[in-house]
Amino acid sequence: MTPPFHFYTQAHLVCLLGTKAKNAAELTEGIRKIPESSIYYHTHHFLRQHNYLSPEPTNDFAYWVSNLLGRRELGEALASVDIIRFKTLEELRAEFIKKLEKYNGRKGPVCEVPEGHEFHFMSCVTVVTPTNYQATNIPEFLEAMKNISVNSLYYHIFEARMRLANGANDFAIWLKNIGLEKPARLISQFDPYTITLEGLRERIIEIVGKYA
Amino acid sequence: MPEIKEYVDIVGQSVIDELYIFARHLQGKTIQNINSTPVGGGVAEILTRMVPLLRQLEIDARWDVIKGNERFFSITKSMHNALHGAAENISADDLEYFTQVNRENAAEINFVGDIVFVHDPQPIILIERKQELGKKWIWRCHIDFTEPDPNVMSFLKNYIEQYDAAVFSAPSFSRKLAIPQVLISPSIDPLSDKNRELTDHEIETVLNRFNLDRSRPIVTQISRFDYLKDPVGVIQVFKLIKRYADCQLVLAGGGATDDPEGAKVLEEVNAAAADDPDIHVIFLPPSSDIEINALQRASAVVMQKSLKEGFGLTVAEALWKGRPVIASAVGGIPLQITHKYSGILTYSIEGTAYYLKQLLNDPEYAEKLGANGREHIRNNFLITRHIRDYLMLFISLYHDEDMIYLG
Repeated sequence: MTPPFHFYTQAHLVCLLGTKAKNAAELTEGIRKIPESSIYYHTHHFLRQHNYLSPEPTNDFAYWVSNLLGRRELGEALASVDIIRFKTLEELRAEFIKKLEKYNGRKGPVCEVPEGHEFHFMSCVTVVTPTNYQATNIPEFLEAMKNISVNSLYYHIFEARMRLANGANDFAIWLKNIGLEKPARLISQFDPYTITLEGLRERIIEIVGKYA
Repeated sequence: MPEIKEYVDIVGQSVIDELYIFARHLQGKTIQNINSTPVGGGVAEILTRMVPLLRQLEIDARWDVIKGNERFFSITKSMHNALHGAAENISADDLEYFTQVNRENAAEINFVGDIVFVHDPQPIILIERKQELGKKWIWRCHIDFTEPDPNVMSFLKNYIEQYDAAVFSAPSFSRKLAIPQVLISPSIDPLSDKNRELTDHEIETVLNRFNLDRSRPIVTQISRFDYLKDPVGVIQVFKLIKRYADCQLVLAGGGATDDPEGAKVLEEVNAAAADDPDIHVIFLPPSSDIEINALQRASAVVMQKSLKEGFGLTVAEALWKGRPVIASAVGGIPLQITHKYSGILTYSIEGTAYYLKQLLNDPEYAEKLGANGREHIRNNFLITRHIRDYLMLFISLYHDEDMIYLG
């Protein structure tokens, strides 16, 4: 008996931590102290907020450093952090700190933003609930994939892999469990951070559609 | 009032389906909104639309308004200005009177809500009933809190920290507080009379009524007559560019029952505009939504030259209509406009004049800004996103964890 795939959806409540940074050193200290949910928020929220833009904007740390602090080289280093390589948020936090510390160790004047342009640390509360969609076979899976919201897609791809530390996205895990190793592998191979959510939907349907 | 399903054509079926899915988890809860004015200004406008829509999602949403006299609203206006950083003289007597009026209201209001949702500083002291009544209490700050007067802030902080959560419209408004703080941007309703599509005939009728010439570009600022909206600054901008562009300026807006300063500002604006027949100062009564809609749609450029801004919903309104917008980089406006991508952000009268001249001379570029702006509003600042955020906020009050699983 094939275990059914239950589609969930999620929504975020954005929380303000009341702390801010005006230079790279304060950003580093902030990243060191903020909760994991804040690391997650600043490296993922752009995926949902700008899901119609491609290429998508980068993570918040890189955006602020490049566009407000005006440190393009550091901004590029932070933008190039390859989020898909990291399995946990703590590993991701350590990578950002490593890049920032390398920059902070250099000699030269300290660059600061004027008042009003500081980096504001935020986090998020995620509320998850089941949808009416479930699949016991590939045709049902494909039908649901066409109709679920981008929030549901986001949950099973991003929340599952990074925040719930499942190691892979939920779709790949389910496909593997029902014996479809190849599409499972193909889906877990592509980098979802470089594709819009609608692009992801199309690609998953295309891959799984071959096994309908 | 539209049915919630009518929003499907604008935001998609799945967005509306999910509102119902999340709202199910709040059935049986009463949400009681309390503010200080039933009409005028952004808060009343949002509540007018939000409360009926929440009810359609089968949430028992209600709305009460506190009572106050001229002295009370004069004090709250001074507090409002002081929170925006202006130098105001608020005496200990004033604060005592403010407290007394709040307590009178607190004694009169029937607190039926499971969640009491208090909007802005005017009714903030109602929180004194929390200890006796229990319930969940939220304080929603709709104003620019970037540089608040420390004395007024210190007075309010004692009350803010008694709430279960505080809600702000922009990240820069957050402070070090002992309670959770949440970011929820306000929104516009695309189906309201202020934002729905209009026919050419409807637009023409409004322009004729106000003696505007559609053959020449119209530059518009829609906002209450309030110093913080800098209407006289807008006239200065217009005078700087007038020699290069044959255009008209419209300054249109109304007042709010909790803003006693409006008449004085209007007088100053009329005086500044007196020598130029191309400057049209239009005082609009509260029920002027179609007029505002038509003026925005007929504009070549919409301005919002505020000195301070809680959020600046008029920016979202104009962007939703695909109009190019030049606005000050204050409050929540930078959340709505990415400079040179979905509008123009400025910092001075001269800078605003420079960009206004550019947009009037390059309508193709101006149209592109407007089109990008419309998509940004569709994705982030429509009332359906606002409802979802409120549902998340209400649900989160009953949970401590940052991943909440609902059955």
